[in-house]
Amino acid sequence: MAIGLPDSVFLAKLDPLANWCRANSLWPMPFGTACCGIELMATGASRHDIARFGAEAMRFSPRQCDLMIVAGRVVMKMLPVLQRIWLQMPEPKWCISMGACASSGGVFDTYAVVQGVDRFIPVDVYVPGCPPRPEQLLQAVIDIQDKIRETGSVRAKEFFRRTRFEGPEMVAVRPQEAIVSPGDYRTATRFWTELNIATDKLGVKTVFPELQSH
Amino acid sequence: MDHAETLQKLEQRFGTLRTSEFRDNLRIIVRPDQVAEVLRFLKEQLGFDFLVDITAVDYLHYPEAQDRFGVVWCLLNTASGERLILKTFLNEPDLTLPSACSLWRGADWMERELYDMYGIVFEGHPDLRRLLLPEAFTAFPLRKDYPLRGRGERHNFPVITRAES
Repeated sequence: MAIGLPDSVFLAKLDPLANWCRANSLWPMPFGTACCGIELMATGASRHDIARFGAEAMRFSPRQCDLMIVAGRVVMKMLPVLQRIWLQMPEPKWCISMGACASSGGVFDTYAVVQGVDRFIPVDVYVPGCPPRPEQLLQAVIDIQDKIRETGSVRAKEFFRRTRFEGPEMVAVRPQEAIVSPGDYRTATRFWTELNIATDKLGVKTVFPELQSH
Repeated sequence: MDHAETLQKLEQRFGTLRTSEFRDNLRIIVRPDQVAEVLRFLKEQLGFDFLVDITAVDYLHYPEAQDRFGVVWCLLNTASGERLILKTFLNEPDLTLPSACSLWRGADWMERELYDMYGIVFEGHPDLRRLLLPEAFTAFPLRKDYPLRGRGERHNFPVITRAES
């Protein structure tokens, strides 16, 4: 070779090397809260075998993981736990929102269930289904691998640019939608967000007012 | 012991009671101030040693309802297999009832759940905190005037963006 390296030495950029390592050795954090968690277990079992994609090392300690799989519905009491676990995972890290409930709240459109974890933590890949089949989750893992190979860098620069909220847009609610007659799902509150307007008119105190500034 | 005998003993002690029967269950309706005494009598004199459940009903917008809340105790006599349902009605602002914890230890979490969901206060309860919802929750979500999708509690969290995490 021109610069006199021996034949056994290759020259490569660091970024593809890091991406190659990361993509083929994802360590999932199984955040299974419902039936999607069962499908997640099936994905890890012998028939579907997530080990074929190098992601079989599920760890229940967030500090050893770099791929969070949110499998199942997340209620408002669980969301602070989810956020803390996400923050405890070391960078670079990715997130799969598995199933309808984790992605959008699913059929659980009630006061206690968070309407999609992407409102509060960043999500890279969504898996539709209720619950999704293991093949779909494997496809999500493959998609994450592609994403890492295409956008990753050794210092994880691709994350620093993403300072803006990436979740769904919130729609303000009309005040008359804040109170429903029993069982009238058509007029129930769909989205809350900047709707202190509605609460003020009703004289209702907002829960966790100290978090309103975020 | 069958329902007739139970009812007779109850009426000897408390006077005439409003009753009804459905399938095998005798239902007795009492005033809130009678509840403590009736429960104690049922447990200690009539052998209703098992508290199956305590639950409540919100009668807001209910056709022909007179009162806002109904509270229901389901009791079982494990010796005779007799089941009895005790019911009382409450109205705001006085939503207090005596606690049954001293009679049946199992009433503890049932009363906490009722407090959590309906805001009914059980006096004499050793530790009346919310059971299921977070401590900071301010509403009582099983009341009928609480919106199905809540008042924004489920959207009231800090947002973590990519650069912050």
